[in-house]
Amino acid sequence: MATRDTDWDGVRLHVVTGKGGTGKTTVAGALALALAADGRKVLLMEVEGRQGIAQLFDVPPLPYAERRIAVGPGTESRPGGEVFALVADPESALIEYLEMFYSLRYAGTALAKIGVMDFATTIAPGLRDVLLTGKAAEAVRRKDSKRGRTYDAVVMDAPPTGRIGRFLNVASEVSELARVGPIRGHADTVQKVIRSPGTVVHFVTTLEEMPVQETLDGIAELRTLGGIRPGAIIVNMTRPVALAPGQLRAAADGELDQAQLALGLKSAGLDDSAGLAAALATELCDQARTALGQEAQQQRLDTADRPCYHLPWINGGMDLAGLYRLASLLREQKAA
Amino acid sequence: MPERRPPELDIDRLIADRRTRIIVCCGSGGVGKTTAAAAIGLRAAERGRHVVVLTVDPARRLAQSMGLTSLDNTPRLVQEATSAPREPQEGNAADSAGSLHAMMLDMKRTFDEIVEAHADPDRAAQILANPFYQSLSSSFAGTQEYMAMEKLGQLRRADEWDLIVVDTPPSRSALDFLDAPQRLGRFLDGRLLRLLTTPAKVGGRAYLRVLNAGFGVVTGVLTKILGTQVLRDVQTFVTALDTMFGGFRERAEYTYQLLRAPGTAFLVVAVPEDDALREASYFVERLDQERMPLAGLLLNRVQQLPAAHLSAARSLAAAEVLQAAGPDGSAAGPDGSAAGSDGLAASDDRHAASNDEPESAARLLAMAALRLHADRMEQAAAQRRAAEHFTAAHPQVPVAQIPAQAEDIHDLDGLRRLGQAFGTGHRPGATKP
Repeated sequence: MATRDTDWDGVRLHVVTGKGGTGKTTVAGALALALAADGRKVLLMEVEGRQGIAQLFDVPPLPYAERRIAVGPGTESRPGGEVFALVADPESALIEYLEMFYSLRYAGTALAKIGVMDFATTIAPGLRDVLLTGKAAEAVRRKDSKRGRTYDAVVMDAPPTGRIGRFLNVASEVSELARVGPIRGHADTVQKVIRSPGTVVHFVTTLEEMPVQETLDGIAELRTLGGIRPGAIIVNMTRPVALAPGQLRAAADGELDQAQLALGLKSAGLDDSAGLAAALATELCDQARTALGQEAQQQRLDTADRPCYHLPWINGGMDLAGLYRLASLLREQKAA
Repeated sequence: MPERRPPELDIDRLIADRRTRIIVCCGSGGVGKTTAAAAIGLRAAERGRHVVVLTVDPARRLAQSMGLTSLDNTPRLVQEATSAPREPQEGNAADSAGSLHAMMLDMKRTFDEIVEAHADPDRAAQILANPFYQSLSSSFAGTQEYMAMEKLGQLRRADEWDLIVVDTPPSRSALDFLDAPQRLGRFLDGRLLRLLTTPAKVGGRAYLRVLNAGFGVVTGVLTKILGTQVLRDVQTFVTALDTMFGGFRERAEYTYQLLRAPGTAFLVVAVPEDDALREASYFVERLDQERMPLAGLLLNRVQQLPAAHLSAARSLAAAEVLQAAGPDGSAAGPDGSAAGSDGLAASDDRHAASNDEPESAARLLAMAALRLHADRMEQAAAQRRAAEHFTAAHPQVPVAQIPAQAEDIHDLDGLRRLGQAFGTGHRPGATKP
């Protein structure tokens, strides 16, 4: 149903990862909104139980159930789409799984009370992850009679970069269980979805050393796993640079022409232009140093050879308006 | 309304106080905990303390600068830190030279060592080879936190250092690090594990009688989930671990008491943004509930501007005056440079370098500086608001501010500069006297 070209036509599961503090949840939310344009229906899924989506969209804490939380941006010809949210936890997913395959809902609920579910999802290698990715895969595949596929896209606010490979590499993680366990069939189905061309993993980062390193490591790791596709790199919280690229080096070295700056300030009618020029030159110097460092980090990111989108820092804290703005910037850059 | 000023957190005094034996840096991810812990460790060492910094996940270059090249669980002496010149302006020359050790936590190795310490060699080997142990020791959410605390206990018992600085794991939330050890302890020590391993005894216990009838259901469901072979593996594992239960509980209790002891100081690290400060708030409240000693809030990456006396509004207005007088004479550019949060984005062709004429070059340079300044002032104001929210809720919590650094820190000089800033921090956006 693509009505315009995007970088991810045909992709239905967007997994969003990133180092802590880079704004992974925010970007996942913005991407869900961006995808929910043109009457589409999108599921935004959270798997780490932080209620980050509820905070981001300013709604009460979300249960293990799909709730409509926002309306996507509309156009003149078509109405906006819808964003549903789901907070998936392994225990509930396990109970649901038992019900679906063994009609064991009552027993499951009772066992959860005495900690059996917690035990199973904690100790069985990979079970937790296969249940969570399984929930996403189920949502991707789900159909309803009226409109065919229930969701046009699913966006998952996934675990951080350091754990993403293990999280998605379900098949090998459950191998210990899968020798004979019935979860094997489930894992295989999930794996088919995760490794299909319809699934990509986006990396959110800032232009700082550590998040960039983790992004590169994460992409390299996915590439070794075979069939799990790295998607875009989304550079978040960027700030515009005041000086032209050619001026940065001089400014960073403290060689900015302060007399010239003072002259400019004077013609703007500011007092004490010399003193002010010295202070502002320091600010320009700091920013130039930051910008040069960021430029180097951007070059490192470019080596990963992935589409790269940039989202600005939103002054005054993230709110719904800011989120819609990020969503439209993602659309402009053909992320959705 | 008069601005509420929090008490000042004096980190130099904290590290100078010989009674301070443990400093725990905690906070949500991405706020600079590791760097702060390293900077505190270095500063304390250069002021005569014998310090070990326990880091969990340092940036590669930062780790290298401290001589840490691998996760080897062994404290390494940071040579340069020990031989580095003392700061001349600090007149406490009475201190003998201190030392700095640093180590990276290897959580699996730490876990293995506990097993080896608490089980006979045969049983230990059996446990270490079990797939469930391997899963638990490498990927259980909470193992890293538990092992960081375990390592802290070991370092404290070794008593080779007079100050231990701990960087807590990059958790989902700041609170994980308090909860996870207990959760793992509870898990390993739980009645459910006993139920699985000793079904025969179940009927004898009154409180478990209800479960007796249900036991078949438990194993039945677990078999459905896991398969029979797997369940047998689990039982083998649990039986093998059984001997260690007491040890786990004891260790967790020891560490918990250590964290509440008078020589311990918690530093909550945050950046002046709403999300990070919300986490910091939770953490402060939680420490209070647990009666754990909070030293204060370390507010990292605070915007401090040399030209803070020039307001954002005046700065933008001046930039507009210059723009109106510009060579192209036009009003604000297509990016609406006068408005909104990223308003300083003058398009590239108007950058100063693009013009040869000295007067307009001066004008363009000044415009760039003024727009940048306005943006930074707005950022500083937002930071100040976020910090004030925190202080309104926790007026008693001392705060130290660390100015934002222009570049990533990846060497000892950078850590040293950061350490010096601990002493000179002040509120965001203010001018230095």
